[in-house]
Amino acid sequence: MTGFLLRRLGGAVFVLLSLTVILYAVFYVAPGDVAQIACGPRCSPAQVAQVTEQLRLDDPVYTQYWHFLQGIVAGRDFSTGTGVEHCAAPCLGVSYQSDQQVMQLILTKLPVTGSLVIGAFALWILLGVGTGVLSAWRRGRITERVLTWLTLAGIATPVFVIGLLLIIIFCSTLQWLPSPTYVPFTEDPEQWAWGLLLPWVSLALIESAKYARLTRSSMLETLAEDHVRTFRAYGVGEPAIMRRHALRGAVAPVIALSALDFGSMFGGAVLTESLFGIPGIGRELVHAVKVVDLPVVVGMVLVTGFFVVLANAVADLLYALADRRVVLS
Amino acid sequence: MSEALLVQEAGAAPVAAPASGARQFWLRLRAQRAAAVAAAVVLLLLLAALAAPLLAALAGQDPDTYHPDLVDSAAGGVPIGSFGGISADHWFGVEPQTGRDLFARVVYGARVSLGVAVAATVLQVAIGLVVGLAAALGNRWIDQVLSRITDINVALPLMVIALALLAIVPPSFPRPVLIALVIGGINWAGTSKIVRAQALALKSLDFVSAARLAGRGRWSIARRELLPSLAAPVITYAALLFPVNITVEAALSFLGVGIKPPTPSWGQMLTEADTWYQSAPTYLLIPAGLLFVTVLSLTVLGEGVRTALDPRAASRLRIGTGREERGERTKERAS
Repeated sequence: MTGFLLRRLGGAVFVLLSLTVILYAVFYVAPGDVAQIACGPRCSPAQVAQVTEQLRLDDPVYTQYWHFLQGIVAGRDFSTGTGVEHCAAPCLGVSYQSDQQVMQLILTKLPVTGSLVIGAFALWILLGVGTGVLSAWRRGRITERVLTWLTLAGIATPVFVIGLLLIIIFCSTLQWLPSPTYVPFTEDPEQWAWGLLLPWVSLALIESAKYARLTRSSMLETLAEDHVRTFRAYGVGEPAIMRRHALRGAVAPVIALSALDFGSMFGGAVLTESLFGIPGIGRELVHAVKVVDLPVVVGMVLVTGFFVVLANAVADLLYALADRRVVLS
Repeated sequence: MSEALLVQEAGAAPVAAPASGARQFWLRLRAQRAAAVAAAVVLLLLLAALAAPLLAALAGQDPDTYHPDLVDSAAGGVPIGSFGGISADHWFGVEPQTGRDLFARVVYGARVSLGVAVAATVLQVAIGLVVGLAAALGNRWIDQVLSRITDINVALPLMVIALALLAIVPPSFPRPVLIALVIGGINWAGTSKIVRAQALALKSLDFVSAARLAGRGRWSIARRELLPSLAAPVITYAALLFPVNITVEAALSFLGVGIKPPTPSWGQMLTEADTWYQSAPTYLLIPAGLLFVTVLSLTVLGEGVRTALDPRAASRLRIGTGREERGERTKERAS
């Protein structure tokens, strides 16, 4: 077990290091005119030269990359033109647009994205696993057919389409809800929940479809196994078989998928955030992409990559813990 | 994605059965009513996309001509007439503000959506096959390197990276090609993991050993012995990837970083549609509905392909009677 954990950790560190190299090469080396990008399109050559000096862009590429990596591991100092600003580890650089440190920017956005993801997650697990269990239990009947088609519809609908429809129905036509606006939890918990209701529901409706399918197919697989037939022959009732055996078979895959989704969701709720105007990591990324704010873009990709790598490791581990048949190697 | 989940998703048996013939596949696909209907819809959409200029000409319209006389400029550019200006000339109505013909834009948009998704899927399968086979057949060292590269690929969050890449590539690069390259280049790890796992399982089977003992080279074995058996899981996985790729393109265009105007795309229409839904609801409903129907049919078709190629589902499909066995459907995996 310890050996597995160490190997997994080593692999994760290697992947993250490679990610920094790739991201640095693609975003800071490939475009070529980083100083111009940092300064803006209307900068004079003299200003560009000043930026080049400030960001030390005339250093060799490997020196620049080394400083970038050093910043992440140990922190680094930035010249702001008038003075020196310290950026503590893990330092992902300073935004070209707002001169704010990228890590701080991400940290201020994290609670917002967290509010969205955690609330939606609770909903989609309930809805998805519930639907899956129900359709495995009522297999072969009309309930299962209806649920299967609803699930397929959920998988086929992009989150921005369902979100748009929900806004139109509940905010404009019926006017049951005000237009979604984000209010921090610390300011007003009630407003926070009302503002996030539609985003939670949209995200949960789409995501739960995946979970319903996974739960159902895992349960059906267990139900088809020989030992379940034996239990039936011994007179074990259907509810007990569903609860004690079939559902258990679905636990491991559902936990593993949750870990993966949870990890990628921190960067991946881009669409929901953009549609509902929730000022989280995803919307900030879209903004940074549109104004080509390289440090913010690279920083956010790295942080998301970190969460994905972490989630993958956690998913493998949880899978093994929940399903004793899996051998860790 | 974790390997166990992936293999489950592709419905791949731990050791694949020998590939069944194309005719048998077709019979098994046709035996599932929903999949057959979905296949017909997909075929229709593909034909419409291919024949977009023809269809637009048939309607007497083109996607780029402005019709300022068809929108009410005093009311902010709302199409004149009911249902977004639907008429004998304009089958789906016209676009608010510009008055461009929606039917023509929608069929040309189908070209972009389906074209990008096809190209991206082909790329994902091609990269996945090459990397997965090389990892399974090469020596330990090659396997290590390729598996690590696959791990890195897994760590790239698709939407985030795609957004970031689209920011730095010069606008002169053709957008549809770029989006296909980005999706295909970022999201091939699933295919390569499945191919590697399957090829490793197959490698230990007798018919592969026989080929090796007969002195055949690695690539000859890969092509003649492994590829036919890999076809089933790879086709299944590709069929599941295809609708995902359509959604990703639509999402990128929706965010305003994908297909740029004036090239029409369904995702991009939806961006503008949400300001018009009260005065011109068809402008929202038509692209949204098409997107839904396309992805739904492709998903149903993908499920059908999986069932048709799954050796374990074979006995559950009664070929010839034209319908699935009802009642106990526990082993059939078309979840």
